[in-house]
This record gives sequence, structure tokens and C-alpha cells, in this order.
Amino acid sequence: MTDPILSVRNLRVVFPHRHGELVPIDDISFDVKKGEIIGFVGESGAGKSMTGAAIIGLIDPPGYIERGEIWLDNERIDQLDVRAANRIRGRRISMVFQDPLTSLNPLRTIGDQLVETILTHLPVNANEAKRKAMAGLEEVDIDPGRFNAYPHEFSGGMRQRVVIALALSAGPELIIADEPTTALDVSVQAQVLDLLKKLCREHGTSVILITHDMGVIAETTDRVAVLYAGRLAEVGNTHELLRRPQHPYTRGLIASTPAVEYGDISTELFQISGTMPRLDALPSGCAFHPRCEQALDYCASHRPELQQDGVACWLYADG
Amino acid sequence: MSAEKTLIRRFRESDFLYDFKRSPVTVVSFVIVMFLILLAVFADLVAPTNPFDAGSLNLMNGFTPPMEPNAFTGETFVLGTDDQGRDLFSAIIFGLRVSLFVGLTAVILAMVLGVSLGLLAGYRGGWVDAVIMRTADIQVTFPSILIAMLIFGIARGLLPPHLRDEVAITVLIIAIGLSEWVPFARTVRGTTMVEKEKEYVQAARLIGLGSGQIMVRHILPNVLSPVLVIATITLALAIIAEATLSFLGVGAPPTEPSLGTLIRIGQDFLFSGEWWILLFPAFTLLALALSVNLLGDWLRDTLNPRLK
Amino acid sequence: MLMVDFIHVEQLHRRFDLSEPWLARMIYGRPKRFLDAVDNVSFTIERGKTYALVGESGSGKSTIARIAVGLLGPSSGRILIDGHNLHDRSLSEAEHRRIRQRLQMIFQSPYASLNPRWRVGNILAEPLRTFSLVDGRQAEQHRVQELLEQVGLSVSDARRFPHEFSGGQRQRISIARALASRPDFIVCDEPTSALDVSVQAQVLNLLKELQRDLGLTFLFITHDLAVVRVMAHRIGVLKAGKLIEEQATAELIASPQSEYTRMLIRSAPRIRKHSDDVR
Repeated sequence: MTDPILSVRNLRVVFPHRHGELVPIDDISFDVKKGEIIGFVGESGAGKSMTGAAIIGLIDPPGYIERGEIWLDNERIDQLDVRAANRIRGRRISMVFQDPLTSLNPLRTIGDQLVETILTHLPVNANEAKRKAMAGLEEVDIDPGRFNAYPHEFSGGMRQRVVIALALSAGPELIIADEPTTALDVSVQAQVLDLLKKLCREHGTSVILITHDMGVIAETTDRVAVLYAGRLAEVGNTHELLRRPQHPYTRGLIASTPAVEYGDISTELFQISGTMPRLDALPSGCAFHPRCEQALDYCASHRPELQQDGVACWLYADG
Repeated sequence: MSAEKTLIRRFRESDFLYDFKRSPVTVVSFVIVMFLILLAVFADLVAPTNPFDAGSLNLMNGFTPPMEPNAFTGETFVLGTDDQGRDLFSAIIFGLRVSLFVGLTAVILAMVLGVSLGLLAGYRGGWVDAVIMRTADIQVTFPSILIAMLIFGIARGLLPPHLRDEVAITVLIIAIGLSEWVPFARTVRGTTMVEKEKEYVQAARLIGLGSGQIMVRHILPNVLSPVLVIATITLALAIIAEATLSFLGVGAPPTEPSLGTLIRIGQDFLFSGEWWILLFPAFTLLALALSVNLLGDWLRDTLNPRLK
Repeated sequence: MLMVDFIHVEQLHRRFDLSEPWLARMIYGRPKRFLDAVDNVSFTIERGKTYALVGESGSGKSTIARIAVGLLGPSSGRILIDGHNLHDRSLSEAEHRRIRQRLQMIFQSPYASLNPRWRVGNILAEPLRTFSLVDGRQAEQHRVQELLEQVGLSVSDARRFPHEFSGGQRQRISIARALASRPDFIVCDEPTSALDVSVQAQVLNLLKELQRDLGLTFLFITHDLAVVRVMAHRIGVLKAGKLIEEQATAELIASPQSEYTRMLIRSAPRIRKHSDDVR
């Protein structure tokens, strides 16, 4: 693969707070290559959704990007004015949210919404837009005959497929999918993930898949970034990372996920003690050290940085 | 570390106080309301004269303009006097007391009634809900001032004449209270319907608690914050309703004048040049109602996290 | 048979009336509409074992849970708990209380299941008071402390409010409350589906430990086959209100009989497919 389609450098997001500031994202850097699916995994409060919001320029005030750069295909996009940002949103980067109803207007037919998106972003006439919309529906296995149906006439899984068609309609370079299948039943989840995977391969679209579910990561992604308390704990090729996780948090996360493949009533699940720290009470040094079984004295006072080998942990530091 | 101490500290560190201090309008409103309440509570000590003591009045003092010595007696009154020679400043303080007393008690009545009916309607549902809420629907199609006048009129008609003035204030309170319960009931009903589906209520049902206990011990504490907001806003409405009724001559009697009564008296003299008799009570009413309203608005915004 | 099995669910049926109000039906001439949320479901649970009901949304699993603890009545059929029928209207209030005391529920949402205005101590003391299980304040406090320790919380937590705890800790409080009346049958309605995985493992392990120590019988409601695998002795698969398959856990996952169960197992994401062993 070639140049990264998206490049994030030293991103730091800050929310001013009356007792100082909260830092939901602290010094995160990563690349998304063309056509790849990268997973962002972490528990609630890890900062994974915030990262997605920062890329697409939708951080709620009073939060703001304090430091860092976001490059989309060699164009810096973190300092754009509202109009320029709107041109990028939907056209070059689109989003898929957990609840399809937040992306669909309940009062308009899905066909209308598809056509509108296409007309806004692409230089085509109405007929051409309608043809493209029909083709888009067909791609996500929805009968184009339901072009004039309203969102409430579809099941949850079908709605999410419509949202995917909508997200792909303007031919974006990147889709940010934030827990796209969390609200769905497992059987439907598998279908939607397969579809997302297949279409992004066909269109060469890159995907940032945000999820709390290691299983979804394992099934869907090419690479994975593990977040903990607003920082990257570990980044790597999905296959390698799941086979040989290095960071104690990654290892714990994998080991505590129950597997349908094995285990029985006598299996004691591996558990990580404690919980994710709150942003206003982040531990010093490595934020994971109070929960880490292998923590060294050093970990409590010195913050590890992400190394070349893709892990931010003193256990793997040289010397 | 005593429980009281931590409570004070918790309050001092709370977002509530923080938000309050950051809103100058709210702080000013709060100061005005507190000042007026204190004036009313300590009326006997603050007022220079007792405006209801007919013996102390001197008709010669009538129509003294503010801050000017009276032509006959040489006495000076800060806000002037009315036709009877009553010190307007004292009359306003005592009028404020009547207005606030009527407003507050009426709101408490409306609140108790509305919250109970709302809880019942929301928790029980079915025909209980239908009866209570349809009654509320019918009641809001009439202006509340009309309802209050109706209740007031019926009560006066039923009472023997010698009792009328004595119980006028009580009747006023009941009339305003009965006309303002609907917003309480509607809000509490809505919140109750949401709360009763929550799992903590089911957990209480599981151990066999009765509906009464669940409503009072579990649901009531969770529906109170919107009630506080409505109570504040209704207080402003009640004070104005009282003033309106008194202005129309069906409220507080001239022997016990409220701000509304004072305004009614004052308007007789507006066109003959004695502007102060109308203007000062009216201005006090405006300051009171506006400040209470602004406080209510701020409370609503602060207690409703969705608006933040 | 009746002697061996602790919980008997017999031909349970629950129908919901989804019709529009009668006025609308009259005007538009629409018929009444019903939903059979639970349709002729029967199964038994052995004492001290976990029975899991697995199904997707709309399968009727939560309806069965609510009927099993008495929050909802059955349309027909019955549930026997150690031979007693909870829904028998001919029972006296005292008999009802005795049965109620023996069954409890752990809810899905760690946020909605605890009254936000109550201190944890009061939340745990409420069942003790309602069932008159302790005499005096001292005994009550003692029992509350015991419960807190049983679920891995500290004694001082009794004075705090629910919002001061994380989701996992709140679920522990919920479990402590369920244990307060010393029940022997607990219905767990998706107890970990709102929790992060690292915390889910803590809560699942705690439930298993409590079952071992106290001999509890669980009815475990979930949509997650991976969780069921380590939690349940037997599994029943629900689809649209019907129990379509039932087997011991290992057999069900190794050789599912119905196409639906096979599809469910196939759809479950496989985290271990990249490796043969982690830890």
C-alpha cells in the first residue's frame, strides 16, 4: 500500500473545566492507509469516539483541538473554516453512527435522502443522481423498489445498510463507523459488518471502525489501535496483535472477552481488576499502572510513549 | 467530619453554586428577591409607620409628593403619601407582605395538589390517569385568572357577609392555588411515567412494596427537581394573579391591601397628577415578579442538563 | 421429577394486546391485534444450576424473566418455584411473601436499577426491612456490611450514592441487593450487556462464585452465546416466543439441532481465530 489517506500527528483534545482541563485525547498519532479497515478499540471513556469526532471536525464546544495535525491526503483539515469543513464532511469523509436514526431523517424517504446527498456532493444532474441512488441501494442488498419508503418501514439492520449506502454515495475516501453494529442483533451484526467490509474493498474506501468489541475487531479489521484513557496503548496488524498482544491491557482485554469457541461452566474468566479511570482523576505515569499486574515502580511516575514496535509500555522499553 | 460539614462543602463545590455565580442577572435577581422577602418578613420593624393603624393617620398629610415636605404638617415621606395621608413606603412593605404570603401559600397548595395528582395519574395510568388529566385539560382551556375569579365568586356567595372580609385572603389563596395545579400535575405525571419503568422501581415491586410506598419513597424524590422550577415560575404567576384579582377589586380587601390593591387605589389618582401612588407599588410588583421569573428561568436551565 | 427440579416452567404463554384504542378501532373498522410474546414455553431448572435463555431482540426472553419473578402475570401456564406457584391468586399474602423472598432479579442497566436519591446502605437495607429480616439498627447495619463484602465492595461504600460508582460497581450493588433476602432463585436479565468487557468478566466471575458458595439457582437471560458458554449448565434457544431448542451447554454449542441455533453460533464474532492460545 502507498501513502496514507489520513495522517494524524500528536493530536491532543482539551475540554476546559472549572478545576483545570480534561484531556480526552492526549498525543495520539496514527495513519490510515488507502483501502484499509483500521479498528479503534477500547472501553467506555478511552477516547475512541472523540478521536472520530476530532477527525471529522465535530468536537462539541467547549472542547477543542489544542495541538496536533490531521492530514487528509496531504491536505491539512484540522484548521478549516466551517464552509471548507462542510465540503469535506460527507463528500470525502462520511460517518456511520450506532443509531441509524440519527443519520436518517424520519420525515423523508430514503431515496430522497440519497439523491440529496449525491446532488450536494457530486456534479451530476437529477436523473443521474437517482440512477446512482438506486445502484447504491442495490449494492447494500436493499430492493431499489423501496426507493420511496420511509426509514421507519425498515428493520434496524436494513436501516443501517441504508446508512452505509448513504455514507458511500458521494464516494468518500474515508468512512468513520462509530459502533455501527452495537445496537443490532448478532446475526444482523455479522451481515452488516460483512457488507461494510466488502463494499469498502470494492470502492477502495478506508474505514475507521470504532468499537468496544474485540470480536468485531477480529472479524473485520486489517489493523487495530488499542486506546486507554485517551492514549494509544498498542497499534498493530490485527492478526499479529491478536496472536501476540504485548501491552498488558491488550492482553487483558483479549483474555477477558468470552469466546464462543471454547470454555465451559468451570472456566474462570480472566479479569482486569478495577475500572477505567475518570478523566478528572487520571493516574500519573502510565494511566494503566494501577490495574496492571506487571506494573513496575517506574510505571507510576513515568509515562510510556508509543514505540516503533507499536506498544506504549515500559515492559518493552530498551534498557 | 460531621455530615453537616460535608453537606456545606459539597454545596460550595457544586456546579450549582458555580453556575449561579457566573450569571450576573441571576445574582441580581436573587438579591432583589431576598431583599423584598426580608422587607416583608420584618415589615413591623422596617416600616416607619403602621399603615393600617387608622389612628396614626393624618388626613392633612394626604397627597404628599415623594421627598417633599407636606405643605401643612411639614412632614416628609420618602415615597409620598396617598389620599388618606398613609405613608406609601410603609404601605408598600406591608402590601408586599400580603402579596408574598398569598403567592407562596397558593403555590404550596398548587404544588401539593398537582404533585399528588400527577404522581397518581402517572403511576396508576388507566382511568385514574384519564380522569385527572382530562380535568386538567378542561381547566387549562379557561384562563387561570377566570377560574380564580369563579372560585372566589362562589366562595363569597356562599359565605355570610360578616365573614367575607375576614376570610378574603384565605379564599384568595385557595382560588389561586386551585387554578395553578395543572403544570405541576402534567410535569410530574410525565416524569413519573418515565421513572416507573426504570428498574429500581421494579426492584422495589419485587420485594413487595405497595404502590403508595413506591410512589412516595422511590418516585417522588426523583421527580422533584422540575417541580422546583415550576414552583418558582408559578410563584411569579401567583403574585401577578393576586395583584390582578386585587386590582379588579375581588382580592385583598382595602383593610389589608396587597400590592394589587395599592395599584388599584393608585390608578384613581394617576390622571390627577399624583403619579407616585400608582407608580411605586407597580414598580415593586414588577421588580418582584421579574426577579422571581428570572430565577425560575435560570433554575430550569441549570437543572436541565439537556440544555447545557 | 417434581422433586429433582427446582424451577418448573410449564406451558407458559403470554399474550400482549397491541390493539389501538376502541374508538379508533370503531372508526377505522380495524380488528384487535395481539402479540404472543411467549408461546407455550416449558423447561425446568435443577437446584443450584444455571439455565440460560438465549435469543435475539423480540424473542420473548425478557418477558419470561419478568413473569418468573412476578413482575408480570402469565396469560396461561405456570411457573413453580420449589413446588410453589408464584402466580396462584388463592395464596395468602403471607405465603406470597415467603415465595417472593426466595426469588430475586438482577437487572440489565447498572444506571436505572438503583434509585439515584438513595444511599447504598438504604438500598441494601430496604429488602431487609420489608421482609422484617433483621431486628434493630445494629443487626441491619451488620447485614448490610456483610452484603457489601460478599460482592467485593467496602463497608464504607454504604454511605455513598449510586452515581459515585462505576458501572461494574453499581452492578455489584445490584447483586448485593438481590442477595439481601437470602433468595435461592435469581433471574439475571442481561446483567453484563451494558458493561465493558474487563468489568463484565469481574461480574460474571462473581456470579459464578456466589452460585458455588450459596447454592443459587440462576435463570440467565442473554443474547451473547460466548457469555452463555461459560455461565450456563443448560441452554434454551428462543425465537419469536417459542423455545426451539434445548440442550446441555456443551452439546448445544457442539451440535446444534436447529438451523437457527447454527446461524446464531456462526454469527458470533470469533476473537480467537487468529491464535490458538492467549494466556
